Amino acid sequence: MLLDVRDLQVRFDTPDGVVEAVRGLDFELAAGESLGIVGESGSGKSQSVLALLGLLAANARVSGSARLAGGDGGIELIGARRRVLERVRGARIAMIFQDPMTALNPHLRIVTQIAEVLVRHRGLRGRAARARAIEMLEAVRIPDAARRARYFPHQFSGGMRQRVMIAMALACEPEILVADEPTTALDVTVQAEILDLLAEARARTGAALVLITHDLGVVAGQCERMLVMREGEVVERGGIERLFAAPEHDYTRALLAAVPRLDPPGGGGS
Amino acid sequence: MNARAETLERAVRGRSLWRDALVRLRANRAAIASLAVLGVIVAACVAGPWFSPHDHFTQDYGAIWVEPGLADAHWFGTDGLGRDLFVRALEGGRMSLLIGLVATLVSLVIGVVYGATAGYLGGRVDGVMMRIVDILYAMPFLFFVILLMVFFGRNILLIFVAIGAINWLDMARIVRGQTLALKGQPFIEAARMAGAPAPAIIARHIVPNLLGVVAVYITLTIPQVILFESFLSFLGLGVAEPATSWGALIKDGADEMGRAPWLLVVPAVLLAATLFCFNFIGDGLRDALDPKDR
Amino acid sequence: MLGYTLRRLAGAVPTLFILLTLAFVMMRAAPGGPFDGDRELPPQVRANLEAKYHLDEPLYVQYGRYLWDVARFDFGPSFQYRDVSVNDLIASGFPVSATLGAASLAFALILGVPLGMAAALRQNGAIDYTAMTAAMLGISIPNFVLAPLMILVFAVYNDWLPAGGLGGPQHYVMPVIALGTAMMAYVARLARASMIEVMRSNHVRTARAKGLSAARVVWVHALPAALTPIVSFLGPAAAGIITGSVVIETIFGIPGLGQFFVSGALNRDYTLVMGVVLFYGILIVGFNLLVDLLYGWLDPRVAYR
Repeated sequence: MLLDVRDLQVRFDTPDGVVEAVRGLDFELAAGESLGIVGESGSGKSQSVLALLGLLAANARVSGSARLAGGDGGIELIGARRRVLERVRGARIAMIFQDPMTALNPHLRIVTQIAEVLVRHRGLRGRAARARAIEMLEAVRIPDAARRARYFPHQFSGGMRQRVMIAMALACEPEILVADEPTTALDVTVQAEILDLLAEARARTGAALVLITHDLGVVAGQCERMLVMREGEVVERGGIERLFAAPEHDYTRALLAAVPRLDPPGGGGS
Repeated sequence: MNARAETLERAVRGRSLWRDALVRLRANRAAIASLAVLGVIVAACVAGPWFSPHDHFTQDYGAIWVEPGLADAHWFGTDGLGRDLFVRALEGGRMSLLIGLVATLVSLVIGVVYGATAGYLGGRVDGVMMRIVDILYAMPFLFFVILLMVFFGRNILLIFVAIGAINWLDMARIVRGQTLALKGQPFIEAARMAGAPAPAIIARHIVPNLLGVVAVYITLTIPQVILFESFLSFLGLGVAEPATSWGALIKDGADEMGRAPWLLVVPAVLLAATLFCFNFIGDGLRDALDPKDR
Repeated sequence: MLGYTLRRLAGAVPTLFILLTLAFVMMRAAPGGPFDGDRELPPQVRANLEAKYHLDEPLYVQYGRYLWDVARFDFGPSFQYRDVSVNDLIASGFPVSATLGAASLAFALILGVPLGMAAALRQNGAIDYTAMTAAMLGISIPNFVLAPLMILVFAVYNDWLPAGGLGGPQHYVMPVIALGTAMMAYVARLARASMIEVMRSNHVRTARAKGLSAARVVWVHALPAALTPIVSFLGPAAAGIITGSVVIETIFGIPGLGQFFVSGALNRDYTLVMGVVLFYGILIVGFNLLVDLLYGWLDPRVAYR
């Protein structure tokens, strides 16, 4: 098993008391597999994956276990030392965030932002790292990549920026790609392009995918299995076909009913 | 929604905002401690002089350069003219605090009226009014105040007006920004639709919504004004004898610090403590009203 | 960018014009003239002096003459220091004041930024509370209190530093600390607040998600964004330093512009005071322009239009 998550819990200490964001999450991920985590905002889906990489705010308390294959019996991510996490982040597990407008550093050129991952994890030097970064941009079909690599993020459109994010995440050929609402902030037409690109990239590199979204349509097109989360807990899990065809939990049925369809109302879901 | 229901809802919302803020402020120990210390200083300045047998201007050549102690009730000692420092320090505090309060209110009134007008009217009027503020911002006002003091004598009223007239610029900018933001809100639109005249809308709807900003502004402006008056007094351009202020006392103290360091230390500590408390309270108030940083 | 700079300079002309006019009106409206000294001058001498300095002409002629002179950067003769021009006085005082001001600004930034960053990275820890209480103290102790207290401790009680005057670098230690401390405290508070905000921003989370080292996240990804509010603060900071230098130069007996201003005002030295005020105005305008250019260099999103 590539990643094995057991009883993951996330709590936040706030001035108004403790908030339980994730209450005992279990899941497994095999190499090359794709898993969708679905739920409405506030269901704890983003917090779960940020917790795996130690990226939560300082007031978060995380418990449970998350084992990443490798070494003797795997690497425990929860409570791991910073050095250990830094070697995993970006190299073995890479993230794509929701809002490409703010997720890129406005002060650095695109090429620098991609190259620094290669410098960090692949040990490439300046010129080689930049050349490789430009190749990555070409791979996500950014036209005239050599010239545009020197642009700053604000000189790109939203869809282009998300391509840059994908190029950056793929730079070190990670084993797991975590995409947190990768298309939510984008125009509908651009969404399809980005999803295609994601599928293509997986086919090329064989990376496993954890796709977090509230959009069941996205999951249906990308994932083999999915988890449905609500208020920090998994309410249902299983293969995509089974879940879409015969949801067992009321909440899953409600989510499916909310997906707009072309057939007349009442035709599916409930 | 009818007008009454809307008013009620807004009142409830307003009250809970303030109640939340109060709860957060109470949890801020630095701010509460500052409030207590400031309370003691203010109470001492107001009532303290009555407890001393001395007054702040009588010269006693039989008791010059008395060191702080219990002798003859010169608790903080005396200066080179035999004047009692305890009473003088508190008397100076009265003056500094009074100037701080009055000048802040002057600037508040000017700033709110100017800013609310510019923000509410908007368009070209707003552009011109804010351009004026921009130009005034670039003026080295301090130098004008110094010149005023030199030319027209040391006049307390002039100090009030001069300081108040400088500080209104910040308030005008804040109020204008808030007014612009509020102007688009549905309840303002509703009032305008109902035919309420502009000044009434500003007074009834916009000004109350600015209370939070104003509270923070007052607590942060009073120390600035006190500091500024002290600065003028230190240059010998503030309040004139026999009246005194902390700045004037600090100047006298600095001139004699080799011989009588208490003349410098006592007003310096009082002034710094007061500024410190005001700043902490203002910070706490701001965090309490806008808790995004917590 | 050159066009932007020129437009900004042109935009400053009305400001300077108003400044000059206000200063002129105030000086002339003031009771008393430069020759109202302790002893009464004989009428003939007085008339000669006034003719020499064109004070006998109608006000609008004087005003026009002054504008014309200033446009050619000629601030005229000083009334107080006979035979010395205001230009000479400014030329002699400015290097002193500029050294003091630059050193104070450097002191404030070099200590304030790291202090604020350290506090932000250990938010709500011991370092944070200590640093922020110290910063509040720094803001609350006025420079004209700090300066005499330092003189008392370091020059009167202990003979460690000179109490005033000019000479070697040791003469600058106390003035720089007195002038720079409050600013350092402001910078530390600003740096802390903006660093906290930036460390929570999405792009810093991305940088961490890339596995970059903590040092690279802080210095390369967070710092430039965190610095922008501090750069914006430099404009007001320069104005604050100019203001503060008036009292600091007086306390330490430093022959800079601030001291000229105070003595000029007390002696009704019209031309000197107007010259200094105007020079300060030009200085502040120039500094603000520099800050804006620096801002654009730091933030590539800023376009000069």
